[in-house]
Amino acid sequence: MKKLMLGNQAVARGAYEAGVAVATAYPGTPSTEITEFIAKYDEIYAEWSPNEKVALEVAIGASLAGGRAIVSMKHVGLNVAADPLFTMSYAGVNGGLVIVVADDPGMHSSQNEQDSRLYARSAHVPMLEPSDSQEAKDYVKLAFELSESYDTPVIVRLTTRVAHSQSMVELAEPQPITLKDYEKNPKKHVMMPAMAKARHILVEQRMKKLIHDSCQFEINKVEEGDPSIGIIASGIVYQYAKEVLPEASFLKLGMVHPLPKDLILDFASKVDKLYVLEELEPVIEEQIKSWGVEVIGKELFSVQGEYSANMIEIAIKGSGVDIEKKKALPNRPPVLCPGCPHRAVFYNLKKLKLTAMGDIGCYTLGALSPLEGIDACICMGASIGMAHGFEKARGRDFSKKVVGVIGDSTFIHSGIGGLIDIVYNKGVATILILDNSITAMTGHQDNPATGYTIKGEMVPALDLVALVKATGIHNVRVIDPFNLKESEVAIREEIERDEPSVIIFKRPCALLDKSQASPLKINREKCTNCGFCLKLGCPAIQKKDSGMVINEALCNGCKLCTQVCRFNALEGVDY
Amino acid sequence: MKNTNILIVGVGGQGTLLTSRVLGSLASKMGYDVKVSEVHGMAQRGGSVVTHVRFGDRVFSPLIEEGRADILLAFEKMEALRWVHYLKEDGMLIVNDQAIDPMPVITGAARYPDDILNQLVNEIPNVFIINAQEIAKEIGNLRVANSVLMGVLAQYMSIEKKEWEEILSSIVPPKTVDDNLKAFNIGYNTRIEYEEGAVNI
Repeated sequence: MKKLMLGNQAVARGAYEAGVAVATAYPGTPSTEITEFIAKYDEIYAEWSPNEKVALEVAIGASLAGGRAIVSMKHVGLNVAADPLFTMSYAGVNGGLVIVVADDPGMHSSQNEQDSRLYARSAHVPMLEPSDSQEAKDYVKLAFELSESYDTPVIVRLTTRVAHSQSMVELAEPQPITLKDYEKNPKKHVMMPAMAKARHILVEQRMKKLIHDSCQFEINKVEEGDPSIGIIASGIVYQYAKEVLPEASFLKLGMVHPLPKDLILDFASKVDKLYVLEELEPVIEEQIKSWGVEVIGKELFSVQGEYSANMIEIAIKGSGVDIEKKKALPNRPPVLCPGCPHRAVFYNLKKLKLTAMGDIGCYTLGALSPLEGIDACICMGASIGMAHGFEKARGRDFSKKVVGVIGDSTFIHSGIGGLIDIVYNKGVATILILDNSITAMTGHQDNPATGYTIKGEMVPALDLVALVKATGIHNVRVIDPFNLKESEVAIREEIERDEPSVIIFKRPCALLDKSQASPLKINREKCTNCGFCLKLGCPAIQKKDSGMVINEALCNGCKLCTQVCRFNALEGVDY
Repeated sequence: MKNTNILIVGVGGQGTLLTSRVLGSLASKMGYDVKVSEVHGMAQRGGSVVTHVRFGDRVFSPLIEEGRADILLAFEKMEALRWVHYLKEDGMLIVNDQAIDPMPVITGAARYPDDILNQLVNEIPNVFIINAQEIAKEIGNLRVANSVLMGVLAQYMSIEKKEWEEILSSIVPPKTVDDNLKAFNIGYNTRIEYEEGAVNI
């Protein structure tokens, strides 16, 4: 049976067909749906872990215990999980262990466009790269076989266009979940210097064997065509190239690390002009060049952003669609939703002219005009340490104007360490935890503080107040951010305090509350068109030539704007 | 057959993703090779969103290139203008006569262009303009506007009407099936009201 499937859904199906016992993840675009789909299979244990490092460690435990395990994350998540990855490469596996990492060339929903293939190289771990949903499923199954036969974790790399494109997939029967025997084996599994030295030798032997064997792997295949143009490509770029150069000779790499050297040398010798097409870093190109082979790559393309079929056609054939110049139109950046609880906090931060160290989530959008409530955003959990660093560099007087802003899920992910640091090292920073009771940006995943698992089971919710207090912070308060005045007073008091403090702004994500309140109305007699309500940056309030208007289709009736209007011109309609 | 390319654009939250999934399912049901490229994550929060639907005997890339879309279905008129260069020369533009102000316009940093429909009609030979929002309002459910647009799109596709109605009924909330089918049928039965270049809006 054939089915239209999202790449991420096909990865989940592959895990199911491969008899996976345990699946873990921390949500991150473009990888999130993998584990959401896996969780629908009753047979598979699935969890949202608090962060990617824990997710990989749980998967490692499951693998050593003899079960097949899969862990999924976005590219920057692999940074968090890199510590266990590098050493697990030495220890090897018992049940197969597959790490799915989704890169985001073009940064559709990310803060950088790092190339995970470099991780595979430096951790000495094989990496497969599918180019559509069928391959996503097939490669995951193959990855488990390779993992067990070569005694290594295997990475499956996706990019956004594979993860978030649907294409046809032929379904197969799942194999039953089985457990390999567990035997205590400290020489293999306890990675201290003496044991690790011995294992490192085996790692290098394994990679050498893979360089040799992968020349015979079916996923590395030559498609003979016109010998004047030879293309080496993998993943989505292979599909772009086939679209515009169907007549060319292709070497499609299903395994991007290690490279099948002899196969590549043979292919190179049979074509006149050899191109390597790869988004982001010249990972394959530089290796081939190091073997003394002439190859064209990044001199024609950028290391930034995505490739496209048209771009390849223009670069290689010198022809392509004559693109009419794009029109200069107002941008349409993403915005905080109408009714979003974060808006209220950023309104106050701007009003108080605070310097805010931000973090990763919907609330990063608070950096955009007109709220402009965030000064910096680097990575998950960084806001707290950065606020502490500001204080240590510029002193207490300046730090009275500095706060850290972090979401509930991000705080649990990796913010808590920063808070411990503040208390331990005599910091006095004020941290604002924006608790909207969900992991919102990635599409509403549960987390330890919501009280539900990925399978929807009720569990004790992590008590954020108790957790904060346990670090040694005495000043914790919980406030509804929609009470603008109370919020402002609380922030003023806490930044003045010569002790560290935390304010938890608690109000659920506007998209969680399905009961839509009636849209507001503008009382024309009272409205002076002063435009003060526009400072909220609510997409439902707009200024037209005729005056202020409420977009009824967008307004969710949250009434936040009624608190900022000095003329009481915004009115809720009660039915 | 030659591949069919349909680009669906709009503003995050308008239902473009749902429409592309319906179209993808229908094409796969007809036995075509199908690829649908979606947008998830940050851009969905009220940003400019685009989904690509391609089907035919064999589809490689999930993305439609500039100048190659057979149909551009725009849920919002400035987004129609933003993506119109993706349309091939004799391609069909279906545009919802709705304006959603982006944040730079709301804050006064930019101005929403005021002659979009005329620009489009002057530039593109085949333009179908419909106010799906108005129709949805008359039906009494603002959320069925995308079913109106699906109805218009269905006029230009070789997929049977009952197939559309069947899948639409299966994916919308049960309580809204009647409203959605009504909306779809209004879209399906509405005809282009003007001649090329003669529109005056």
